[in-house]
Amino acid sequence: MNSEEKIRLQNFAIDIREKIIYQMSSLGSGHLGGNLSIAEIVAVLYGSEMKYDPADPKSDERDILICSKGHAGPCLYSALAMKGFFPMERLDTLNRGGTELPSHCDRLHVPGIEMTTGSLGQGFSAACGMALASKLDGNPRTVYCIIGDGESQEGQIWEAVLFAKHQQLDNLILFVDYNKAQLDGLTKDICDMGDYVDKFHAFGWHTAEIDGHDVEAIKTAVDAAKADKTGLPHVIVCNTIKGYGVSFTKPESCHHVNFTPELTEQCMRELEASRPTA
Amino acid sequence: MSYKILANKTTADETMTSVYVKCLKALMAENPAITQIESDLGNSLLGAAAIKEIKAEFPKQFVDCGIQEANMIGVACGMSLVGRIPFAHSFAAFVSRRATDQAFISGAYAGSNVRIVGTDPGVSAQLNGGTHMPFEDVAIFRAFPNMTIVEPSDPVMLEDLMGKLSANYGMYYLRLFRKNALKIYEEGSTFEIGKANVLREGSDLTIITAGAVMIPEVLKAADELAAEGIEARILDMFTIKPIDEEAILAAAAETGAIVTAENHNVINGIGSAVTDVLMTKGDRFVPVEMIGVRDRFGQVGPLAYLKEAYNLTAADIKEAAKKAVARKR
Repeated sequence: MNSEEKIRLQNFAIDIREKIIYQMSSLGSGHLGGNLSIAEIVAVLYGSEMKYDPADPKSDERDILICSKGHAGPCLYSALAMKGFFPMERLDTLNRGGTELPSHCDRLHVPGIEMTTGSLGQGFSAACGMALASKLDGNPRTVYCIIGDGESQEGQIWEAVLFAKHQQLDNLILFVDYNKAQLDGLTKDICDMGDYVDKFHAFGWHTAEIDGHDVEAIKTAVDAAKADKTGLPHVIVCNTIKGYGVSFTKPESCHHVNFTPELTEQCMRELEASRPTA
Repeated sequence: MSYKILANKTTADETMTSVYVKCLKALMAENPAITQIESDLGNSLLGAAAIKEIKAEFPKQFVDCGIQEANMIGVACGMSLVGRIPFAHSFAAFVSRRATDQAFISGAYAGSNVRIVGTDPGVSAQLNGGTHMPFEDVAIFRAFPNMTIVEPSDPVMLEDLMGKLSANYGMYYLRLFRKNALKIYEEGSTFEIGKANVLREGSDLTIITAGAVMIPEVLKAADELAAEGIEARILDMFTIKPIDEEAILAAAAETGAIVTAENHNVINGIGSAVTDVLMTKGDRFVPVEMIGVRDRFGQVGPLAYLKEAYNLTAADIKEAAKKAVARKR
């Protein structure tokens, strides 16, 4: 990746974070930590890797992303708005009564959202179904899915992990947002998931482990996964930090955050200051 | 909708599952989107021979997930959202209880397009007993917005419904008896989802029922009542949701007494659905007696034993009918 491309994607991730903060702060609160932790993954997917057409969001030609950790809707909405799936003004309406932008991913209301998620563990099964149908139908698309590390405490995740391997879904790329925290605190203190890479390896998947805030590493891992058509589904375990990008967040306590105007201003200032320079 | 009731009703030669297989294969041949999804109960619905044939003829239209009902429903929903028309099957007990939230969120709430097929409704689970005996599957799915619930009465209706379920978009629950059902309808009859069928005319009361387990008992009860001078109308309420309100209100107005008869808990099944309509939309007092499982768990036993154990027999229905008529004001 050349440095210009890297800076572009890093800036896109910061744009996404600013829009996340914008949506939540204008509302007063939101699921901040787990939205911020996947900003680079989403930036690389919508900024570089995925094929899509905002004018025709259901096109057969498109790649598909399902965010199974449904509370990270605002992160996807930021990218979708910036890419023209819907007018930017819709970001002002997050979770207002009667909104077309409910904060948990909603395919019936938000153009570009492929699956309604929010009850954890379920989006990944739908992603497996989409990957399988696409493969059987000869559609060359890639299906991407993001799950949380806390989310993978759900048994359904591991049903789908078995299924994807058995069905040889090498058109499926799964990201684990390994941010080490969940609503009640640190994952290791609540229900420790141990080593994700070992686990997926034991289930027969093609595995990679990267820094989930490094856009270059994400792109390299995705490109490698896309190129590997040996019948194995792909998991990219992304080491991330819950609440990454702003200084006030603590991973164990930033799942849901209340905003004040001062806090919002501080976050925006920090994000602007973090922009990369050539 | 154009159905005719057979004057002479006999048990069908073919099982409901063999009709299901025949229809499924025809639909698969017509439309490559039709997909059967199993969770390791393919042999019980389709049979090993049919699975082998389907895998050979339609290899891209059959998926066996293994024993994972929750994932199966999620996979079915995902497949449906990229153009497949899935029929996802398990025993009614499992596909309702074990995958409730998947059917609710990934299915109904997300606007997916899946036919959930639940076999062995109620006491028809027989020797598999209480663990496999669903008296609450309708209750669960009835509480889902956008869920259509159908329980075909006989092979002719099943054949017609298979075509309709394949052609329509939405979330469906097909509550399916597997064995040989009493043949009620003439070959070629067609049905309208949401419209009850009149199996028998009568002016003294109406018995509202559904499904291959209860209909024979209801018909027998009606014959016996007629011998005693009580004429019962029978409504085949094969669409349990959305229920045919018009037919219920007309029955109340024209016959003045109602008996509901269901192979399910009386809580949130046909009995509840009918009384919901009568209490909120009716314009008069109408006595209702409910035949159904009285908030109990399942148990092992042959069908005849279980019908008696849960008071689902013609004799029970007859007694309820007399009570309802006696309570008329």
